[in-house]
Amino acid sequence: MLKYKPTIGLEVHIQLSTRSKVFCADKNEYGSAANTNISEISLAHPGTLPVLNKTAIEHAIKMGFVCKSSISQEMFFDRKNYFYPDLPKGYQLTQDKTPICVGGEIQIRDGMGKFKTIKLTKIHLEEDAGKLIHEQTSSFSMVDFNRAGVPLIELVTEPVIENDEDAVSLLIELRKIVRYLGISDGDMEKGSLRCDANVSIAPLGLKELGKKVEVKNMNSFRHVQKAIQYEIKRQGSILEKGNEVISETRLYDVDSGETYDMRTKEELNDYRYFPEPDLCPFYISQEWLDQIRKQIPILPSQYIEKFIHQYAIAENDALTLTESRELAQFFDQVCEKSGNYKAAVNWLIGPCKSYLNEMNCEINETNLTVDRLTALIEIVDQNRVSFSVASSEILPHLFSDKTANPLDLGIKLNLLIDESIDQIENFVEELIKKYPEKVAAYKNGKKGLLGMFMGELMKETGGKIDPKKASETIKAALES
Amino acid sequence: MQITKETLEKIAHLARLEIKPEEEAGLLNDLNEILVWVEKLNEVNTDGVEPIIHMTREINGFRDDLATNALAKADGLKLAPDHDGNFFRVPKVIKDKSK
Repeated sequence: MLKYKPTIGLEVHIQLSTRSKVFCADKNEYGSAANTNISEISLAHPGTLPVLNKTAIEHAIKMGFVCKSSISQEMFFDRKNYFYPDLPKGYQLTQDKTPICVGGEIQIRDGMGKFKTIKLTKIHLEEDAGKLIHEQTSSFSMVDFNRAGVPLIELVTEPVIENDEDAVSLLIELRKIVRYLGISDGDMEKGSLRCDANVSIAPLGLKELGKKVEVKNMNSFRHVQKAIQYEIKRQGSILEKGNEVISETRLYDVDSGETYDMRTKEELNDYRYFPEPDLCPFYISQEWLDQIRKQIPILPSQYIEKFIHQYAIAENDALTLTESRELAQFFDQVCEKSGNYKAAVNWLIGPCKSYLNEMNCEINETNLTVDRLTALIEIVDQNRVSFSVASSEILPHLFSDKTANPLDLGIKLNLLIDESIDQIENFVEELIKKYPEKVAAYKNGKKGLLGMFMGELMKETGGKIDPKKASETIKAALES
Repeated sequence: MQITKETLEKIAHLARLEIKPEEEAGLLNDLNEILVWVEKLNEVNTDGVEPIIHMTREINGFRDDLATNALAKADGLKLAPDHDGNFFRVPKVIKDKSK
């Protein structure tokens, strides 16, 4: 069935989370009231001059280090000229000739979990444009210049991505990296991570790439995936009919899941790049590069390596635990403190993760601390409270309450295992009398009924018995 | 190299300039003279000479990442040809989705 091989290249724009804009000191903040983060420079008043934000350069270099790009130590900026109302100067400051990072690669996992390396062409630094709002009923477009001049890195991949799934994996990996680095929130819905996809298809076995179509206007991972899928199908049916694909820019329509052409005269796009005379050239010394390299935190791949080898954790669990830097750090610290790696995994991937998902927050945004989770693990290990009681009754308090200590909570809420319950046997005897058919069924081989007896026993005793001892007692009684 | 009428029209479009028909001949002449004048430079042997991109010897004109600059919204909007008190207003630049 598959007669055509798709080839995809991505252009990813990532807003850098600096305090101020890239060429002037307006605040860089998402969600401010319209046109409140503006200045004479971002509005391009005559005579104003840009000055480069040092942190923006450092952020871009960090990204380059992680992607194993070669860093351009000498560079300058270029003007990209075009007229559009979101661009007050009539040109965008960007890097055409000397992108800050050249080449590089990013490792992703495909749908089967297999590693793939995606080659990068470059990463360059530039300024974002303002935001245009087009209201259906109005004959005007409204412009908000808060975003004009926000620092962006544009990361361009080689045309090497083989399908929509890999494209999304790459975006997820990129988001993870920028979040670990703390250089962007990587939020597609807020537009801090934006992606254009160049899609082409060619008959299988042909070396040459087909005519490429650029697809824009996707603001979620799912949209990127659907837009690419649609585009591959659309181009396939064009070739199928013996027609030629037109190289053009198309927009993704969220409602229909289709792409449509922009109907602009592409041939009139003539950017006339030339070096920006208002910014001096930049030279990044080796010493500065070394300093920046030192600021790079532990990355997800390094955490995964450590978790698998040092803590003997399953690869899938390691992947889940490194989805965010906060969770990975937290897990690492609990492991170091508690030494019970297995319990740390169970707690964090189980009850903690469900809480975080439900609240849609990161672990450092809750009141749970490394010390208190370690203490909770400890009292479970000491058989002072059962895991299920600890996770359903104690953990919620640790999330909501700043100071509560697990053992005190256990005592206060009367949850600790009561060693003095030596009448487990009595309870068990009652149960055996209560469910004669179940006992017979168990004896006939329905061993799964043990769970039901355990549940009943826990209910009767309020969970305050040692589950191990309880299960042994039930087993002994059933099998006698 | 010769500037043709088509090139002139393209340059005018890129700069969003309207040129009256009676201005064309004069502009074509001027542009061609400028080209000829600059082409004179081609006679200089520049083998082994690094291109000069910037006329200054200054490098690394950085700014620390501090948000200190702000223009009040009203002051920013004041100089715009059109605004609604919150947004700059321009003629609609997007075509409605064609069905």
